Amino acid sequence: MGETQIRGEGETLPDEIDTVHLKQEEPTMSGRVITITSGKGGVGKTTATANIAAALALRGHRVVAIDTDIGLRNLDVVMGLENRIVYDLVDVAEGQCRLRQALIKDKRLADLYLMPAAQTRDKSAVSPADMSRICDELRPQFDYILLDSPAGIELGFRNAIAPADEVLIVTTPEVAAVRDADRIIGLLEAEEKYDHKLIINRFKLGMVRRGDMLDTADVLEILAVELIGLVPEDEHIIISTNRGMPVILNHNSPAGQAFRNIAQRLTGEDVPFMVIKEASLWQRVQRLVRR
Amino acid sequence: MNIIDRLFKRPRKSKDIAKERLQLVLVQDRFRLSPELLETLKNELIQVITRHVDVDRGGIEVELTHGATGDALIANIPLKRR
Repeated sequence: MGETQIRGEGETLPDEIDTVHLKQEEPTMSGRVITITSGKGGVGKTTATANIAAALALRGHRVVAIDTDIGLRNLDVVMGLENRIVYDLVDVAEGQCRLRQALIKDKRLADLYLMPAAQTRDKSAVSPADMSRICDELRPQFDYILLDSPAGIELGFRNAIAPADEVLIVTTPEVAAVRDADRIIGLLEAEEKYDHKLIINRFKLGMVRRGDMLDTADVLEILAVELIGLVPEDEHIIISTNRGMPVILNHNSPAGQAFRNIAQRLTGEDVPFMVIKEASLWQRVQRLVRR
Repeated sequence: MNIIDRLFKRPRKSKDIAKERLQLVLVQDRFRLSPELLETLKNELIQVITRHVDVDRGGIEVELTHGATGDALIANIPLKRR
């Protein structure tokens, strides 16, 4: 079976994105608060938050991404906005500044904003009530409010999920990550955050075919949660982060396409999972051989 | 294990091992049911049942299963005719 080229819907667009020609959707200002969390650290929450936010902004929505990982902030550097921080989430929570002053506008994409975390404080600097209050203030001004959760299940996580209307859980197809994702799902249900969906990140089609990696069906069977995104392992992510650019702007990046697809699904469009089709075809072939 | 693997004596795929381990550890994580607790539960179950019916003690099986409808504790207790 030949190596399948992962191509996305946008392959006919030139590499230089011309935002004028992209479909402009009516901003609804309904203010959906979406928290991206995982349990396990290092599975790709911040990368996912940055890129889904950028993809939504590219589609004409007004988006703010908030870094709730106080003390270990990273959303700013992944988005390439680290040099523009004046005020942060803790300043807002403590009333040291107006909400507007802590919002950094991305100059490259229309209507994309970042509220960074504080770097010299810790998670106890804000409370779940603070987070809810801040998000309520942001709701009338934005279509999407994305919260980048820290790893773990302690106060930082509880702060990040408190205001959430929806939660996206990021996992990789590995034992430890899936186990932690399961714990997170249990905690979300205990907090009555029933709208949660899964992003499987760092998927490697070759390993799945060789039986060396859990496939999508395995992970979904174990976690019993709806899939919203399947993102392949992709070196373009590291290169984009090196540059402080969102990888979704690179049309040669399969991961970029996957993040754009997630943004589309969030807006209600039914986008087929590009990689999953290949995996299920392989499974069908295997079943024939087994008989 | 599929027939090809059995015919050629291939070792199990690591992802199948991973899946099985995950399913077992998650039942413990979710329900706080350790292997020791399961053993105790099984023995107490046998005691209660043998008070009322004759059972084939050797054939008793109590296991945690993870199926399509969710997680369940399944006990198989073969009965002996009096």
